[in-house]
Amino acid sequence: MKKVISFKLNGEDVEAEVEPHWSLLHLLRETFELTGAKEGCGKGECGACTVIVDGKAINSCLFPVMEVEGCEVTTIEGLATLNGNLHPIQESFVANGAVQCGFCTPGMIMSAKALLDENKNPSEDDIRTAIAGNLCRCTGYVQIIEAIKKASERREP
Amino acid sequence: MESQLKSVGKRVPKVDAREKVTGRAIYIHDLKLPGMLYGKILYSKYPHARILNIDTSKAEKLPGVRAVITGFNTPEIRIGFMKDQPVLKKDKVRQYRDEVAAVAAIDPDIAEEALDLIKVDYEPLPGLFDPEEAVKEDAILIHEYDAKGKPLKNNILKLPWRLIAGDVEQAKKESDFIVEDSFRVTWVTHCCMGTSGCIALFDLDNNLTIYSITQIPFLAQNDFNAALKAMGLKGKNTRVINTVIGGGFGSKLDTHVYEYIAILLAYRTRKPVKILFTREEEFFAQPPRQPAIIKISQGCKKDGNLTFREVDMLLDNGAYTSWGATTPSVMMVPISSLYKVPNIKYTARSVYTNNIYAQAMRGYGNPQATFAVESSMDILAEAAGIDPMEFRLINVNLPGEITPQNFKVTTCGLKECIESVGEGLNWKDAKKNKKKKRGVGMSSLIHVGGGARVYKSDGHGMIMKVDDFGKISVITGAVEIGQGSETVISQVAAEVLGVFPEDIQIIKGDTSICPWDVGTHASRQAFVSCNAAIMVANKIKKEILDIAGKYFNVDPENLDIKNRVIYLKDEPENSEKQMPLDKLLRRAHFSKHGTMIMAETFYDPPNEMLNQEFKGNLSCTYAYGTTGVEVEVDTETGHVEIKKYFAAHDVGRALNPMLLEGQIYGAAVMGTGYALTEQLILKQGKVMNDNFLDYKILTAKDKIPIVPILVETIDELGPLGAKGIGEPACVPTAPAIANAIHDAIGVRIKDLPITPEKILKALKEKEKKG
Ligand code: FES
Ligand code: FES
Repeated sequence: MKKVISFKLNGEDVEAEVEPHWSLLHLLRETFELTGAKEGCGKGECGACTVIVDGKAINSCLFPVMEVEGCEVTTIEGLATLNGNLHPIQESFVANGAVQCGFCTPGMIMSAKALLDENKNPSEDDIRTAIAGNLCRCTGYVQIIEAIKKASERREP
Repeated sequence: MESQLKSVGKRVPKVDAREKVTGRAIYIHDLKLPGMLYGKILYSKYPHARILNIDTSKAEKLPGVRAVITGFNTPEIRIGFMKDQPVLKKDKVRQYRDEVAAVAAIDPDIAEEALDLIKVDYEPLPGLFDPEEAVKEDAILIHEYDAKGKPLKNNILKLPWRLIAGDVEQAKKESDFIVEDSFRVTWVTHCCMGTSGCIALFDLDNNLTIYSITQIPFLAQNDFNAALKAMGLKGKNTRVINTVIGGGFGSKLDTHVYEYIAILLAYRTRKPVKILFTREEEFFAQPPRQPAIIKISQGCKKDGNLTFREVDMLLDNGAYTSWGATTPSVMMVPISSLYKVPNIKYTARSVYTNNIYAQAMRGYGNPQATFAVESSMDILAEAAGIDPMEFRLINVNLPGEITPQNFKVTTCGLKECIESVGEGLNWKDAKKNKKKKRGVGMSSLIHVGGGARVYKSDGHGMIMKVDDFGKISVITGAVEIGQGSETVISQVAAEVLGVFPEDIQIIKGDTSICPWDVGTHASRQAFVSCNAAIMVANKIKKEILDIAGKYFNVDPENLDIKNRVIYLKDEPENSEKQMPLDKLLRRAHFSKHGTMIMAETFYDPPNEMLNQEFKGNLSCTYAYGTTGVEVEVDTETGHVEIKKYFAAHDVGRALNPMLLEGQIYGAAVMGTGYALTEQLILKQGKVMNDNFLDYKILTAKDKIPIVPILVETIDELGPLGAKGIGEPACVPTAPAIANAIHDAIGVRIKDLPITPEKILKALKEKEKKG
């Protein structure tokens, strides 16, 4: 039985017909064709599917689609401007070598964004905690943590 | 030269980073083709059983199902290094992950549902899960016949590994100290964050296109063409197209069963068929790194000089062979050539079991072998009463040496690596003023640094073409798996051509467009592709300068290109004799006898195939490194904390220090997982921990203070002096940590991973012994 939900997606009001058992990740990838959020496990274990819902970074693979009603959802596609201006966190990931295969990257960046939106000046431990649920097999996390730290410094007035 | 380098040596961001941080990069997960079907695979219910019957009738009737295939209704395709594996099994299953049937349907859920409707009758057979049982003469046979149909007598692979140099028996007599130990390493798996997948489709002429994540597109083309032949499509061709790859680490050096199943389904349905692994499948149906039981004995003189090294190994191959069955060839590298050891004996056997079959993983056997060698080095140093660092320095490899396996050591920064790690750890002080429960340990490594001739050709083809706007297309067979080969190619090409890295566009990932490359393996890609880039860029440059010479009426030798401008070397400021590169290119193109500038090359490094005695200069240069750690062990919980971590690597030259450090960080953390937390747990052949909660890779919460130290030895054959780095940094981690733990609490753990339980158990035993 399909249901209609409406919510805000990357700043735009949207409506979608969904099956109630879908995950938010399924909706994003299949209906909206926003494939930036990845499915690395589908079970809430890897963080590759992280998006921001009402300011919180969540695993969209576990997030029931019906709960999106009325929410504000931001995905990796919502960060850069259309003409290619990257968000400071994205810039920092590029500049600091925080990207290798890149599969974890969109999720990492969304977790980092949720953190920096809430805490302008996070400590290294804050950063480690914020991305603890985002697995990365390539980088050993070092340059990712550095990138997030530098992005936070840059955003300081 | 140093100060003149414009692009090389700089921390240039990865060329694909912007695509990846914006979520625009297209992985196999993101790709859909019109009319595409979804394939799903039915795996065996037993580790060893005879297949009596497969009934697919119900599954076929399920609406939305387009094809159900088994070994009974498809032509037999045999794959693997020894061609011992049929894609779809019909006589026997030999492991839990054996593929017995597959479905293509209009959506993944229907395909999944159809799998439940397939009924397979089995007659279970006794299983063999212990390699030491499996080698016995009277063991039941896992394969009754080889690929050619010849009866087999036992489970031992017909791949005997035996390297003899000098006289080990004599050396034993002459040794003052001898130690002998046995080590065990178990299954670990690559855990690429992007799971495996592909899309296969046929054109009207029965040629195959496969969208793939392979690390070896051209060997894959060869494999798939062989499959086409087996399917009765002789003479048909395969085009392999790479999508962006979500991690490699050696997991994509073989073509895999799921790819052939997608091919069979696509041929049956005449539609594109996608197979995408779930994370569980990635854990249980993707071959892991081989486990091994390693017996090692080493000896030395009173003065610490090593006299011999003897290693005997038993590897659990699992049910079928992959290229990974050849990892003993690379295990020989550290066994024969890490430190100066005049007498070597190495024997290895691989044996079939009913466990999951294994493949190579980052280091290609080197991490397993080095764990044994470097643990044993510490044990021997202790027996001889010599400080372990001192002991390593006494035996250190030096430039000019020819090792017992006939490796020619050219550049070698091992001594500097050991010393700089010792300095970082404050080694002498840490040893003298030992703190309770704290310890230091180190381990070194040798790995191939300039490719490795494991295949007939170790070559790399590259085409370069210049357009009317001064932009350069580099068409390369290199596969980017996250390591950054495209970026360093751009840097090197820009360097030679006097343009900027952003002027270079990399065209890759299509066997129908790109020239041949043997694959992204053996830490070779930067070495071979950058060497190719230098060769071909020099050709292009010569053509450009020849044309410019005619135009300016000067000797082309006297011209050069800098910042996209051609100028006179003698009078760099003379604007009369300058011309922007793009302008000259247009002039060359649109003149009367117009010309387009392009060039190609095929670079095959001077590496030797090992001979029948397994000797030869496998790689034209070798990579060295040393990892040193300080640990603190909690003797109540068995928890190991890494307080310091230094990773010194002889990298030849750092083409891009940022990417290089990225390789070191990532490999160090992966190596730490190998040392402390990771293991695929198998019970009677079944993978018990097929998820990230139970298979523990390290997270951002695991703080490891890694300090990379780059030792530049500027290798003569390396591109601007560089050597390989992709695998080395994960090789020495486990023995360094094991050695440090021993230093800290006096117990030696000889099997990986070193879990808190093992530490506590060892402490208890030590206490009992008093
Ligand atoms: S895909 Fe959602 S946590 Fe892994
Ligand atoms: S960059 Fe590959 S998983 Fe993080």
